[in-house]
Amino acid sequence: MQVEHVVCAFCGCVCDDLTVTIEEGRITGVKQACALSKSWLTGHTAEAHEPAALIDGQPASLDQAIAAAASYLAAARYPLIYGLSSTYSEAQRQAVALADLLGANIDCCTSVCHGPSGMGFQTVGEPSCTLGEVKNRADLVIYWGSNPAESHPRHFTRYAVTPKGLFTPTGRKGRTVVLVDVRPTPSSRAVDIFLQIKPGRDFEVFWALRCLIRGIAIDEAAVADTGLSLAQLGDLAERLKKCKFGVFFVGQGLTQSRGRHMNMTAAFMLARDLQSYTKFAVIPMRGHGNVTGIDNVLAWQTGYPFAVNFSRGYPRFNPGEFTAVDLLARNEADAVLVVASDPASNFPRSATRRLAQIPTIVLDTHPSETTKIARVAIMTATAGISAAGTIYRMDNVPLMLRSFLPSPYPNDEEVLSRLVAEVRRLQTIGQGGD
Amino acid sequence: MLRIINGTVYDPANGIAGEVRDICVADGKIVAAVEGGQVIDAQGLIVMPGGVEFHAHVAGAKVNAGRKMRPEDHRAMPIPRTALTRSGVGHTVPSTFAMGYHMAQLGYTTVMEAAAPPLGARHVHEELNDMPILDHGFLCLMGNNYFVLKYIAENDFARLKDYVAWLLNATGGYAIKIVNPAGVDTWKWGRNVNDIDEPADTFPVTPRQIVTSLARVQQELGLPHVIHLHCNNLGSPGNVATTLQTLQALDGLPVHITHAQFNAYGGAGWSDIRSGAAEIADYVNSHRNVTVDMGQVVFGPVTTMTADGPWQHRLYELSGHKWANADVEMETSAGVVPYQFSKRSAVNAVQWAIGLELALLIDDPWRMYLTTDHPNAGPFHAYPDIIKLLMDADYRAATLAGVHSAASTRSGLKDLRREYTLSEIVTITRAGPARCLGLANKGHLGVGADADIAIYPQVEDPKEMFYHPRYVIKGGQIVARDGRIVRDQPGRCLHVTPGYDGQIEAAISDDFERYYTVDFENYPVQLEHYLPDRVAVPCHER
Repeated sequence: MQVEHVVCAFCGCVCDDLTVTIEEGRITGVKQACALSKSWLTGHTAEAHEPAALIDGQPASLDQAIAAAASYLAAARYPLIYGLSSTYSEAQRQAVALADLLGANIDCCTSVCHGPSGMGFQTVGEPSCTLGEVKNRADLVIYWGSNPAESHPRHFTRYAVTPKGLFTPTGRKGRTVVLVDVRPTPSSRAVDIFLQIKPGRDFEVFWALRCLIRGIAIDEAAVADTGLSLAQLGDLAERLKKCKFGVFFVGQGLTQSRGRHMNMTAAFMLARDLQSYTKFAVIPMRGHGNVTGIDNVLAWQTGYPFAVNFSRGYPRFNPGEFTAVDLLARNEADAVLVVASDPASNFPRSATRRLAQIPTIVLDTHPSETTKIARVAIMTATAGISAAGTIYRMDNVPLMLRSFLPSPYPNDEEVLSRLVAEVRRLQTIGQGGD
Repeated sequence: MLRIINGTVYDPANGIAGEVRDICVADGKIVAAVEGGQVIDAQGLIVMPGGVEFHAHVAGAKVNAGRKMRPEDHRAMPIPRTALTRSGVGHTVPSTFAMGYHMAQLGYTTVMEAAAPPLGARHVHEELNDMPILDHGFLCLMGNNYFVLKYIAENDFARLKDYVAWLLNATGGYAIKIVNPAGVDTWKWGRNVNDIDEPADTFPVTPRQIVTSLARVQQELGLPHVIHLHCNNLGSPGNVATTLQTLQALDGLPVHITHAQFNAYGGAGWSDIRSGAAEIADYVNSHRNVTVDMGQVVFGPVTTMTADGPWQHRLYELSGHKWANADVEMETSAGVVPYQFSKRSAVNAVQWAIGLELALLIDDPWRMYLTTDHPNAGPFHAYPDIIKLLMDADYRAATLAGVHSAASTRSGLKDLRREYTLSEIVTITRAGPARCLGLANKGHLGVGADADIAIYPQVEDPKEMFYHPRYVIKGGQIVARDGRIVRDQPGRCLHVTPGYDGQIEAAISDDFERYYTVDFENYPVQLEHYLPDRVAVPCHER
């Protein structure tokens, strides 16, 4: 069986033109997809490959696991819900409902990737556009602190570099493509201009460009620390001003290095300045499938895009205080529900140590470092293969993921709504009985 | 089943103004009589239809950008959860749950999201599904859409009509929204148009052609709501001329001019901006094809948000505040800028006066509706105060005395002594907007209407009255009582399903695949999923 127009949930590109072949309940072929997507999709099977759930490492039924998870969460004084990037928004909505009910803290993978982009947005705003505007109009494309050749393999060909669009009939030929990064990467081979800057000097480069485009004189000594010469910066500044439509694609090289949200604030301000000369946009290179979706869901349900705390009965926001790594490293969270994420494999040791000490509950589609240390692990159906729902592309365009391969496991939305119901039941008993 | 007895009923659509009557409800509808059931004794209370919020930015990518941008706004109004209701944040860009509850607490039961891009339709529906209680729909942005401009340029009216009908079906949208026609298209290169005969960029069609063509489409498809138009040059001194030219171009075709306050400015610049309300009101009074809503300014903080990208950039330059822009491929743009309306600003004072002047000068309350273009000119929760400004000339004069003198010297407000009657208020907040939207079952209490009812205390001060409904009933269920939400239930989605020739899909698919970045097959919204409880409002095709 062939399924066409499949929407890929792997990275923030959310390509929606895949053709998937299924033979005997197993994905055996994927067309159009990048290597990352192919390896993610291929081999997926409709058969059970793991027990439905584990409690303390021992196989358990779904009902037992939900009961155990709910009692851990209801008993906790400072529960944390974390992850949510690789699931669909209908499930994310249930996760926020659960956090609200528990008076919990909820945070998403944004806090360890593009949270600083969100903070830059809060500071000065964000001139942006959808990826189709880039395809149809952009003649200057600048990747900054990002390596799409490895992280978003079809970004060049589908959206930003080679495609021919409405006002870009010559495709690649009509575009100047620049990469700003601290080291050469596979992406630097694909660009016209590679500017290697010194680590941690992004803010200074943005600020120098802001000066240069306004005609404010700066001398060589002022930019000596950036790794770029005044001539290189001057050339880039001219290109920024003279293009017809320019775009910065900003990656974690900006958000997770010295300067963080100030780097992003500077990027937004530079693009804003350029509006006096041309049209310019900034698009964060959001990574995991639907990480853009959880930002959106949190924002519409609570007003804030990540690091949200319900302890007082209403949402509050404070990165550093309510972000997952900080709550764990300070030993504040006393139970954690992880959804569609694997913090044990990438959080700092101080945070993962806490995960192993306290009741950790995981919903995921496969065993992970986090399921290994979890008290309760529940296997769920994979979003975009066996679970349907909404996904938001890195530019906030919403698409619908379909379910085209049956799964023996329940989907995230179902498990999370059952957790909401069970926690509500326990709370009612608690109020009545005590 | 429910009976509301002994209440003083205001139901202008059925010619009832302050008569003591019983209202009976069964199965979510108003009925002639019921046996048994719950009884509300409304002795000494005022009974009217639930409010119909006609034009507010409440859901979708642009609103969510406003939320993401403004943590400082949210901290001003935290809303705790209760045993029944979700928590949230309020003020100018409330979270979805807070928005639904707060509107219901003020007696509103229906809301129309004022502008959303087709490509973002799923997002709009997701948010509307998280907005409790209120029936809802959205106005679908079309005035700068590639295919709309193309078919107008090709003079292919049949295709244009089919495309509009297809798009409304594909998005679950409710009506045709036009924002700064041609101007937003040129904004994609950082420019704007300043005149209704200045062409767009992608195709050489003018605002005049766009509004007249879409107005004809609306008529021929028999869509329940007329074209909903945000005129060119919004916000700019002297734009009253543009607004009148647009109305003249339409030459009798039905049109709704939204947040008319923002398009009723005289003068040549910011230093001599003055009210053009009288000119707009004269035109409206003598042309029955035109309706308007106020877009009333409320002094204090607001979050401006509109598809009018070039205007938002201008406002950023004027205010120096934060600025978000989001251009949407093939369709539209959007901008968000926080702003503060100040009583001490001459410009803001004139803007404030214009909204009230329009309301007081337009004779027919059935063609003038109360809005703040939430949250552009003010937050929706200022409605009770605006109602008092309209009903109480002394209160208005006292308020006018406290704002910059330009409100008196550059508008006619100080000479207007008209006071709205309660019936007229019910008309401009319920019956009129419902009729203009083509919602036959909303905005009145006749047999067969949806049982959306607001019951207020009969007190002297209209502001007190409208802030504190005693009961709010939605679909026959009591959802709020004495300011508290007592029942949390989802609203229904209002949409339209106009007919079209299926060949339009083949006609647009080539350009679609070439210039969009999503597959044609993945574009239409899955109605079963995104509009789980929906009402297709009938079209009356010609």
